[in-house]
Amino acid sequence: MTVDLGTIRRLVELTVDGEQVRVPEGSTILDACRAQDIETPTLCYAPNLTPVNACRVCVVELEGARTLVPSCARPVEDGMVVHTDSERVRHSRKMVLELLDSSVDLSQSGEDVDRWKDQYGVDAGRYGPPAAPAAAGERDARHAGHHEIPDGSTAATVAQPVKEDNDLYVRDYGRCIMCYKCVEACGTDAQNTFAIAVAGRGFDTRITTEFAVELPDSACVYCGNCIGVCPTGALKSVSEHELREAGQWDPDDETVTTTICSFCGVGCNLELHVQHNQIVNVTSPTDHSVTHGHLCIKGRFGFQHVQNLPEGS
Amino acid sequence: MLAGIRHGAKLYTVDPRRTSSAQWADGWLGLDVGTDVALANAVGREIITTGLHNRAFIDRATTGFADYAATVEPYTLEWAERITQVPAGMIRELAHRYATADRAQLCWTLGITEHHNAADCVFALINLALLTGHVGRYGSGVCPLRGQNNVQGGGDMGAIPAKLPGGYDLEDDTERARFETAWGARIPPKPGRHLSQMFEAMETGQMRTLYCIGENPAESEADAAHARAMLSGLDHLVVQDIFRTATAELADVVLPAAADWCEYDGTVTSSERRVQRLRKALDPPGQARPDTHIICDLATRLGHAWGRPSAEQVWDELRSVSLKWHAGMSYQRLDELGGLQWPCPAEDHPGSTLLHERLWDTDPVRRGTPAPFTPVEHVPPVDELTEQFPIRLTTGRVLDSYNSGVQTGGYASPLRRREALCIDARDGARLGIADGERVLITSRRGSVEAPVRYDPTVRPGLAFITPHFTEQVDTNLLTNDAWDPKSGTAEFKATAIRIDKVRAEQASRAGRLAVAGE
Repeated sequence: MTVDLGTIRRLVELTVDGEQVRVPEGSTILDACRAQDIETPTLCYAPNLTPVNACRVCVVELEGARTLVPSCARPVEDGMVVHTDSERVRHSRKMVLELLDSSVDLSQSGEDVDRWKDQYGVDAGRYGPPAAPAAAGERDARHAGHHEIPDGSTAATVAQPVKEDNDLYVRDYGRCIMCYKCVEACGTDAQNTFAIAVAGRGFDTRITTEFAVELPDSACVYCGNCIGVCPTGALKSVSEHELREAGQWDPDDETVTTTICSFCGVGCNLELHVQHNQIVNVTSPTDHSVTHGHLCIKGRFGFQHVQNLPEGS
Repeated sequence: MLAGIRHGAKLYTVDPRRTSSAQWADGWLGLDVGTDVALANAVGREIITTGLHNRAFIDRATTGFADYAATVEPYTLEWAERITQVPAGMIRELAHRYATADRAQLCWTLGITEHHNAADCVFALINLALLTGHVGRYGSGVCPLRGQNNVQGGGDMGAIPAKLPGGYDLEDDTERARFETAWGARIPPKPGRHLSQMFEAMETGQMRTLYCIGENPAESEADAAHARAMLSGLDHLVVQDIFRTATAELADVVLPAAADWCEYDGTVTSSERRVQRLRKALDPPGQARPDTHIICDLATRLGHAWGRPSAEQVWDELRSVSLKWHAGMSYQRLDELGGLQWPCPAEDHPGSTLLHERLWDTDPVRRGTPAPFTPVEHVPPVDELTEQFPIRLTTGRVLDSYNSGVQTGGYASPLRRREALCIDARDGARLGIADGERVLITSRRGSVEAPVRYDPTVRPGLAFITPHFTEQVDTNLLTNDAWDPKSGTAEFKATAIRIDKVRAEQASRAGRLAVAGE
């Protein structure tokens, strides 16, 4: 058989926003919501990663539970009564989005995030003007406990210069919401390379290499699976970064075509993102059984040979 | 594989180098290059002598066990330790773990097949699978991990001298007649030449013309100086490629091809026999055109009006003749299902994730012909180590690069370092060669210069280099084109070399050799 039928699973019955829902045992509340076409915002969730409950934007109210629960991680149980649009839920989601929006540059996080901000009435401006960006490397050197109490005149931010230290991808941590997805993809969920990890505490928490060395000095193997899962544009290819910087990034022209990698015999599916007959990015479908969205350096970055053309052609 | 380890799988790596896979493994068997059959036979003998072989499976589904057992009898652990340099205890551990595993797979790449006895190395592994019954069941099996995105598909399409598309034997008169009827043409019943035989035919003058599509033999063939001389001596060489390769430089005619994986449509077949769709994302540059368009136009010029079939029409023609494997794989199904694994004989067939399940059938009719053991003996590499050539050179790929580098040379990889001959620091000290020093590497076929890198993954007596950076080190000037009579594969993996400090007269000699090879 080609289709993986998996193990036989019992159906679990729960109530979501007053409707009876039946989903297979082992599903999450998020799965149940999606089965009902209830839009649930998510940032740190990805279908090919283990849930880490970092962003809390997918929270729902579960009757009998003291706290709001993250729908992406909580398995369904018989008889659960879930509210996805209560005042408590709406308020919590608004606060999550608002605090992120006040401290992180979400301008490349996609249309969904823009819509959620409108939908939940996010007003990041009420925290005051953003504080000045940190100098290069400053946030990487902060130690836990070395803080001065802010005077409240500005909104604290993670703004900092873009790290450009290799030919393939940049790290723009002023856009990082600390969703942990890149760490998971670099670690046990995909690549098992462990080049990056979470360092620091509190507002100084950051994603970094060992001793904050530059990527070429780290364990990084440039699979770019971190880019593939990044929801905010904090990690992006050099090609995308340079086109954006030059004002030539043109998503309206972009086509996405699925084909097969030209290198080894694994058969990874590649989604070629093409603008003006140039491949600008390569991703892989998360729902394909061959690699579940993950690639290696050749698949993600090894396409340039088809567009290295002689001058004038 | 690492996900498997994380979920509790045991990994044993058999490799002369202590690769990153070996570093993750439960056990590393760092065998001497070219002793694969010796190791496999010793594992087989250990399994038999400790009674861990699967007697029920052997009796029911195989033939030739007695011959196999007799053949491996002399391959004791102690003898194998001497030949392979792998500690006897480690061979025993692998044998016991493999034999007693609930499910186990043997996966290999070119370390098994780029030898003068490539097919024997594969048979030695198949014998182990038959001995233990690790075949034809989910999670078990023997698996050559294909190094190219369509090396499986190329063979399946008939690009093997003895095969017709869909795996039919060329010498099967009934099947050949069926193809002849479908194609309206006579098919010669004798297999043509494989690549190694083609070069021999060029040498004897029997082959005067070559039409080379998407391959760079001037750099990728073993004993490249010889290959270049043969290609240069042809009356007519046509190269159809997406690059102006070193081979294209030798050509009389170059036909610029589109990069079919992203500039046209089609299919490729992965290691697991999964046929998947290629789709056009870019317009090809300049005059470059899809391979099938070029071939069809050539046929038209030669007086056969093949027209200009679409990729799907070409595929459907294959489906009409490949009845067992591909008949059920319409483009629509390939699109909807994200690929299908052959055999897929009908449009309502789900494809096959598993081969050889029949061996487990209790009904003897459905079980069919038993699988034969193929006893094989250890034969050392052709390129002997001698006082003059005392070091074993083996070649292989690194993560970010690929073959002769014409594709991967096109992108900037931060992992890339200058090409270097990787040797053990103790060999360096013994030869008085410092880390980073340029040396002259000489084999029985040629010499090249390269810097040395001390590398903890190789051990004394072993050296490693890649074929990726011919502009820095023309590696295949060294390698041996002695080839396996059963598979036609050359022995890239085992070259005897000498490493000398670079002296002025040697440097100029190497230069002359390189020029002669062009």
